Amino acid sequence: MKTMKVSVVTPDGPVYESDVEMVSTKAKTGELGILPGHVSTVAPLEIGAVRLKKDGKTVYVAVSGGFLEVRPDQVTILAQAAEKSEDIDVERALRAKERAELRMKEQKLEHFDFKRNELALRRAINRLTVAERKF
Amino acid sequence: MASLRDIKARISSTKKMSHITKAMEMTSAAKWNRGVMNAKSFVPYMEKIQEVTASIATGASGVIHPMLTHRPVKKTGYIVITSDRGLAGAFNSNVIRRVHQTIQSRHQSKDEFAIIAIGRVGRDFFVKQGYNVVLDIVGLHDQPNFQDIKDITSSTVGMFSDATFDELYIYYSHYVSAISQEVTDKKLLPLTDLSTTSHKLTSYEFEPNAEEILEVLLPQYAESLIYGALLDSKASEHAARMTAMRNATDNANELIRNYSLSYNRARQAAITQEITEIVGGAAALE
Repeated sequence: MKTMKVSVVTPDGPVYESDVEMVSTKAKTGELGILPGHVSTVAPLEIGAVRLKKDGKTVYVAVSGGFLEVRPDQVTILAQAAEKSEDIDVERALRAKERAELRMKEQKLEHFDFKRNELALRRAINRLTVAERKF
Repeated sequence: MASLRDIKARISSTKKMSHITKAMEMTSAAKWNRGVMNAKSFVPYMEKIQEVTASIATGASGVIHPMLTHRPVKKTGYIVITSDRGLAGAFNSNVIRRVHQTIQSRHQSKDEFAIIAIGRVGRDFFVKQGYNVVLDIVGLHDQPNFQDIKDITSSTVGMFSDATFDELYIYYSHYVSAISQEVTDKKLLPLTDLSTTSHKLTSYEFEPNAEEILEVLLPQYAESLIYGALLDSKASEHAARMTAMRNATDNANELIRNYSLSYNRARQAAITQEITEIVGGAAALE
């Protein structure tokens, strides 16, 4: 089967690099699946999971936003934070989730904090779902 | 002339000092290694994001984004990256001097600019000067990761977006090699010199459109520039400290050599004097 090179890159270094058969992920405009030979595209990503299909197996990577750059033979995901499902620190994500939920209860009115808090919560939940692979 | 005991005490204290500086040199060397590695692992991300940003910003015609356009400058922001601790030779003072001189030559009043300080030394200096330090972050880890400074980068970029600043400069020490670091200033925002040096610009399909992508991409790009500068600065900090500590160790060894020389001389003088006294005493008895 035809493959393409995929790299997930964060400021702290590359997280994943390999040849895969299919990339599917959630962009801001909706679910996006990419096969080799796709036209060059750029799309911003939601906080969510990236699924990379390779030899019948699927690798899950949790990404916190960022964007996706597609070329016919190469896909690059540039995110500010990304982890492979097995590298996720579940404990830490759980703590982050609890913290965010607590803050959400306490200060509902402050607009900016609320938004940031919501993002933090979504990142934590995303990490947990990817770690447990509940889709 | 100092007594034998004084010199001996001085030798032993200098020796202890040289042990300390030697140890500091070694820890800095280890940190420097990792700092350089961190800076290297950031390169692929930076290159990629630069390439994509450049091809979108220059490729898509008629794209207007606040971060790409000049506006009349009422207030300037300066990001200054220094270290938290001293003992790194001229590392901090070089950066601070450059910023200080620039500000002196560019601005008449303190209302025209504000400082964002990363690192304790810089912050303390500018607070003491009475400058407006709007944001600061101290106590960063020696190997910072992106999450550590996410808050400061996003609020800095946010301050440009909401027109608190009309332009933003960053000053830091650029790592050239283990023995050479140079102070660098960069205009961070508005993004003007999106280098079109990258050989081939790909034309992309935009999902959904170029504006919305720039909305996500440009802040991320600006934030990465700050993070890149921080990594660069950390690598130079450790290199500078390593060099400073090596010089200190060398100087201590030189001092020890000189002290040992005068110690031996003083000892010899004392012996000679004793002999002379004995000989003199014996001669007096005859």
